[in-house]
Amino acid sequence: MALKGNLHDFSITQLLNLIHLARKTGTLAIDGRNNAARVAFKGGKLVHATSGGADGRLVNLLIKVGKITPEQGKQIPANKSDRDLSEMLVKAGLLTKQDLDIMVRANVREVVERLFALTDGVFRFEPNVLPDDQLIVDPPLSLDNIIMEGTRRLKESEKLQDELPNLDITLHFTDRPDTRLRNVNLSVEEWRVVSYINPKNTIRQIAQANNMSEFQIRKIVYGMLQAGLVELIRPAGGALTPPPGARPVPAPISTEVKRSVVNRLIDRIKRI
Amino acid sequence: MQTVKMVVTGPFSAGKTEFIRTISEIDVVSTERKISSDAERVKETTTVAMDFGRITVDDDLVLYLFGTPGQKRFDFMWEILSEGMLGFIVIVDSTRPETFREARNILDTFRGYAATPYVIAANKQDFEDAWTPDDLRIALKVNRSLKVLPCVATDKEAVKSVLLELLYSILETMDLEAE
Ligand SMILES: Nc1nc2c(ncn2[C@@H]2O[C@H](COP(=O)(O)OP(=O)(O)OP(=O)(O)O)[C@@H](O)[C@H]2O)c(=O)[nH]1
Ligand SMILES: [Mg+2]
Repeated sequence: MALKGNLHDFSITQLLNLIHLARKTGTLAIDGRNNAARVAFKGGKLVHATSGGADGRLVNLLIKVGKITPEQGKQIPANKSDRDLSEMLVKAGLLTKQDLDIMVRANVREVVERLFALTDGVFRFEPNVLPDDQLIVDPPLSLDNIIMEGTRRLKESEKLQDELPNLDITLHFTDRPDTRLRNVNLSVEEWRVVSYINPKNTIRQIAQANNMSEFQIRKIVYGMLQAGLVELIRPAGGALTPPPGARPVPAPISTEVKRSVVNRLIDRIKRI
Repeated sequence: MQTVKMVVTGPFSAGKTEFIRTISEIDVVSTERKISSDAERVKETTTVAMDFGRITVDDDLVLYLFGTPGQKRFDFMWEILSEGMLGFIVIVDSTRPETFREARNILDTFRGYAATPYVIAANKQDFEDAWTPDDLRIALKVNRSLKVLPCVATDKEAVKSVLLELLYSILETMDLEAE
């Protein structure tokens, strides 16, 4: 009999724990408000996971990690199963079995870890149903680590949510040189965010421009706030939220620069 | 408040970080890592994402200097950094002709990102075996209309004059576009 319910009543953590402890085999379908996923288990261990519709296909995964270009992706027939495609690519020497394995594993983990943030939605577990044309993770991934990591992230994410509740506000670089700036070491992700910091872009827009989740952007911005690199600009009167579709502009745009600005720069540098 | 950005680029170990460090009013926020491969161990550390320096003009104008990583394997950062730049500086180590070809490639790549003005800094002129700016111009096959400037990245006056020359070129371009 299928196991059905609402995530309100039975959380992802509880579900995964149940599957883990009862060593269940089958497919779990989750339909959340803005996240859908299919996750398959064998003997209580994870063998497969996809999120969204087409997003979960191998082609898109290959494009995402830069193994093939979007153009090459378009040439692959939509009805080709992931398993056939991977065999073809490995045979053609375009991908090693090991690369493929690492990629699929990482993707499965990511899909499942993202589910922990869902609090709304319905689930349905079909026992003994497994995907037949998909890539299976072999050996299967044990759930205990994933549950631990997921719960840890959930706690962190709740804390970050408290620290930085509003993503529709903007950031600017700290004005005064601060001793805290010493020894700041930023990651590539953080630098990507830095290049969009500008009083015109909300934190949410910066996240969208960089394809980052709310969790990722909260974590990065929180780190930069702690380091004294940026400050939040509180909207005056609360009416400053730009339209949701507005495209974020990368930090300074040269076309807006006027002669007078260049002259002021010249004067300043002469005085250094 | 308005912020403007300039990019400092050039091959590995040309002196980009040093250049920004010399002129920035804040400690340069940099992403240095210890160098692991022997082939590249001409110095201790290298920039892996970018350097970030700042010059405040007044309450409503700030200039940011972004230094790119020199090593080829970090070149995915280049395009991100070049977005919205007012101009750029290509720093070349004048004592290492083996890097000139690379400098030329970097120059072409950045020109491809944006049609903004740029200058070339013939760095490390304090070394005896440094190529002169004129010789460097020929080696890099750059046009007479472009500035190839002598530079010592550790010397504030030299760095100032490179930045000023770039700003003068920016003014000239604005004049041309206005006509
Ligand atoms: N004597 C002298 N040394 C310089 C000059 N410019 C840079 N250096 C030194 O050259 C070495 C390399 O300079 P960096 O500023 O690290 O070079 P970089 O371009 O940032 O290098 P990467 O980030 O690794 O690509 C450092 O030891 C600097 O101190 C100069 O004009 N004269
Ligand atoms: Mg450097």
